Amino acid sequence: MTDFLFEIGLEEVPARMIAGAQAELERRVVGLLVRERLVAGEIEAKSFSTPRRLAVVVRGVKERQEDLAEEMLGPSAKIAYKDGVATAAAVAFAKKAGVEIGALKTVTTPKGEYLSATAVKAGRAAGVVIEEELPKEVAGIYWAKTMYWRAGKAERFVRPVRWLVAMLGGETLDVEFAGQRSGNTTYGHRVLYGAEGISVGSAGEYEGALRTGYVIVDAEVRRQRIRKELDRVCRSMEGTRWREDHALVDKLTHLTEWPSVIQGGFQAEYLELPEEVLVTVMRDHQSYFAVEGKGGALAPHFLAVLNTEADERGQGVIRHGNERVLRARFNDARFFWEFDQRTTLNDRVALLDKVTFQKELGSYGAKAERVRVVAAEMAAVVEARGGKVDAGALDAAARLSKTDLTTELVKEFTELQGVVGGLYARAQGHAEAVAAAIYDQYRPGSMEDGVPRTIEGALLAIADKADTIAGMFGLGLEPTGSKDPFALRRAANGIVKILAETEIPLGLGEICFMAARGREAVVRTMEVFFAERLEFYLREAKGQAYDVVKAVLAVGADQVRGAVARAAAVSAVRSSADFEAVSAAFKRMSNILAQAKEKGLAAADSVDPGLFTDEAETWLFEQAGGVAARVAELREDEDYQGALEAMAGLRPQVDRFFEAVMVMAPDERVRGNRLALLGKVLGDFSGIADFSEIVVAG
Amino acid sequence: MTAGTEEKARALTFQELLFKLQVFWAERGCVLQQPYDVEVGAGTMSPDTFLRVLGPKPVRIAYAQPSRRPADGRYGENPNRLFRHTQFQVILKPPPARLQEMYLESLEAIGIDLKEHDLKFEEDNWEWPVGGAWGVGWQVMLDGLEITQYTYFQQCGGMDLDPICGEITYGLERIAGFLQDVDSIYDIVWAREPDTGREVTYGEMRLAEEEQFSAYGFDYADVSSLWKHLELYEAECLVLLERAKGFDGMDALTLKRFPVLGAYELALKCSHLFNLLDARGAVSVTERVGVMGRIRTLVVGVAKAYAGQGEMMAAVRAAG
Repeated sequence: MTDFLFEIGLEEVPARMIAGAQAELERRVVGLLVRERLVAGEIEAKSFSTPRRLAVVVRGVKERQEDLAEEMLGPSAKIAYKDGVATAAAVAFAKKAGVEIGALKTVTTPKGEYLSATAVKAGRAAGVVIEEELPKEVAGIYWAKTMYWRAGKAERFVRPVRWLVAMLGGETLDVEFAGQRSGNTTYGHRVLYGAEGISVGSAGEYEGALRTGYVIVDAEVRRQRIRKELDRVCRSMEGTRWREDHALVDKLTHLTEWPSVIQGGFQAEYLELPEEVLVTVMRDHQSYFAVEGKGGALAPHFLAVLNTEADERGQGVIRHGNERVLRARFNDARFFWEFDQRTTLNDRVALLDKVTFQKELGSYGAKAERVRVVAAEMAAVVEARGGKVDAGALDAAARLSKTDLTTELVKEFTELQGVVGGLYARAQGHAEAVAAAIYDQYRPGSMEDGVPRTIEGALLAIADKADTIAGMFGLGLEPTGSKDPFALRRAANGIVKILAETEIPLGLGEICFMAARGREAVVRTMEVFFAERLEFYLREAKGQAYDVVKAVLAVGADQVRGAVARAAAVSAVRSSADFEAVSAAFKRMSNILAQAKEKGLAAADSVDPGLFTDEAETWLFEQAGGVAARVAELREDEDYQGALEAMAGLRPQVDRFFEAVMVMAPDERVRGNRLALLGKVLGDFSGIADFSEIVVAG
Repeated sequence: MTAGTEEKARALTFQELLFKLQVFWAERGCVLQQPYDVEVGAGTMSPDTFLRVLGPKPVRIAYAQPSRRPADGRYGENPNRLFRHTQFQVILKPPPARLQEMYLESLEAIGIDLKEHDLKFEEDNWEWPVGGAWGVGWQVMLDGLEITQYTYFQQCGGMDLDPICGEITYGLERIAGFLQDVDSIYDIVWAREPDTGREVTYGEMRLAEEEQFSAYGFDYADVSSLWKHLELYEAECLVLLERAKGFDGMDALTLKRFPVLGAYELALKCSHLFNLLDARGAVSVTERVGVMGRIRTLVVGVAKAYAGQGEMMAAVRAAG
């Protein structure tokens, strides 16, 4: 047994692609070794990455493949032997299998007697197998964007490959890929170590050897180091802490080989700019962490993660440079902010007529007008149902909602659309409800993002997203498969999330109806689309089991909050023995009713207690009637779990009924009455979920 | 901050920065070319890049290129933005395997001690859709400042490049501002008189230009004339491109004298006029896509004609 090391040295790989490629390389190398019988049992593999390399180490690799005995089937015995003497066919088969004629055997198959032989495929040395197979695996790694670099369009890869290391134990393998042949030489940090190579003695020495070259090759170790350093530097500034940002930590983990952290500052006067703008400049444009003081307000500091290590003087130089860049950026932002104030949002409404939303759907001016109409209609419905909406503020917000698209600040920081509009609205003296609604209109941007904070913001967000979906669906631009160029799924997910997490009393169906008024076909396709999105939400955001989601949505997919609550209730009670028994019984009831229908056996129009022949029937009828009334009450109060528990209390009656009663009685009137009883029970209890969809364990 | 002051005194002037880069790349085999004398938005649009990257012929060339972007003008009031900035462009086809290391050495050559700074190569894939051109590469970040766009040019005029080309674009104003540690581009020392020690600043040389061309681009340029110019240049370019379809029937002399390079200048004129119209706010969003498509037809058409002319001439040489 020995260890295998493989490293691909590259020019800087894009940070966003590294983690996926590292995992894929490990998977492919392990897959190769398993397929080639070079590892067995528990496989101990570890992979590494920095911007300039991907690597994997596998422990316990066999030096050779074991010989492989393989049973081969030859010609039929009749042809193979003539008068007990081997024919040419037998000789050829023996040769092919690599055995003596005497070693040939006869086996009985369904087709008769045939020759067979045990051929032995000699195992090959691990090094030979790896040298032959590994290049194909490397070439197969997926990259989101690739390039040519060698003449003749030799191969595409993420960036030019600059070196390869392949070692089996202490032995250097000769793996060839992209014009490079592997050796035992890797390279350290460009600046801290320089261009000289570093020899690696074996897989076990890999991490240590690179550490002497100022490279922390384990990405997780770098990640922890960055976090610790951020904490440490913050401790040197009383009462501060860095704003947690997992995505930024991840990016910097993959942008550095030897990370360290410095803090820098900026003039407090810039804090007059909105925090959103400052944080966007620091995070998105400069990859800096924002720092907050006591109470969470932004402090005039930032933390920069370096790909080097510097002494105090060196840190001073680097800090000075970073501060200079940030100052210029903040100056720009302030210039845009002040420039934009020269034209108010009100004056920008007219400019929207020149900004195209979509060729066939017209300008953003036209879109804003449509959104106004839909939002007003939704507000009226919500108010009629007792909700409180500031309809005037909602209308003003809808009218101004897209005007920030004409501002310099949004042209510079597109990720701040909506936010900038909200900030400008506030600065220009619009009511807070207007500003907040504009600010929140694109929320939630993802399943993790929060929903709008106000009902006006939520209605604006719903109206805007629904208008986009209705417009695109009207043009036949529905998402297909993995293609969703207009992010319509995200828009619909956003509406579902808003309805799930707010008290807004609107159904998906009426939202579709209002957004696509007068276009029946579009409303229908939108409803189907939203049902899918609700299913997605219940499964992905709420983690509900497939069968629970199906059971719940079979009863209704219009009221999002109801569906969420019903699914939660079903999940909470599904494992109780009583519920399982009752839902199994319900399933049985619906099967019986289906069979009866198939055979043309009619149920009576109503249940007639006078026709009961068994006391189990009476018992079920009376008990179920009482429980149904309670269940209806509990459902009315949206206590779905209470309702399901009450229903599960019917178990003794249900069990007794099926033990004692034969539904398909020969007497037509008795049978019809029993079918009617089952129909009634099922009908009374089917408002929460279709229990026949629930998969009962065992 | 004594170290800083010393460093500042030692820092290269704007013109010394250009000299150092020119000498550095000349010593590595680059032919030094002069800036192209037609308005371009970026060094890539100079024919020394855009056309020379096409075809199999090896190229090593370097030049400074003043690059005009009317919409970036700020009347000279913004210390970080210019209507016209200067790129130093290095083109190496095929790219040497050590190109990244050579680039780092060039930074040392202009006085940046890499051991004292933080350097990162961050993904940034350059593209110029109007030219059917794109590449993959990085923005090079030095202490948080983007100082260079480094690109492996993959396609040009919609055609795959083979071999591909390495393209290094230094932002000279940014680098000079960094080296001299000034907060405004206009405070950059352009040159220093050796006898008197008097410093000539970037502002002294260029501020008036920024003020006036911003005013021209944003306030004065006559929209209807610009559209007329655009249409005239476009029409003439299209006529040439049409005639370029007849390479087959041309004799060797007519072929080699056919002005594809002239057609390219006409296309560049259109591109610049479009940028002016855009800065002037005269192009609606709906029109925008259409006009860009028209210019793309010209630029990509020229690239194809240039490649076709080269192939045809090679074939004629081989036959004759």
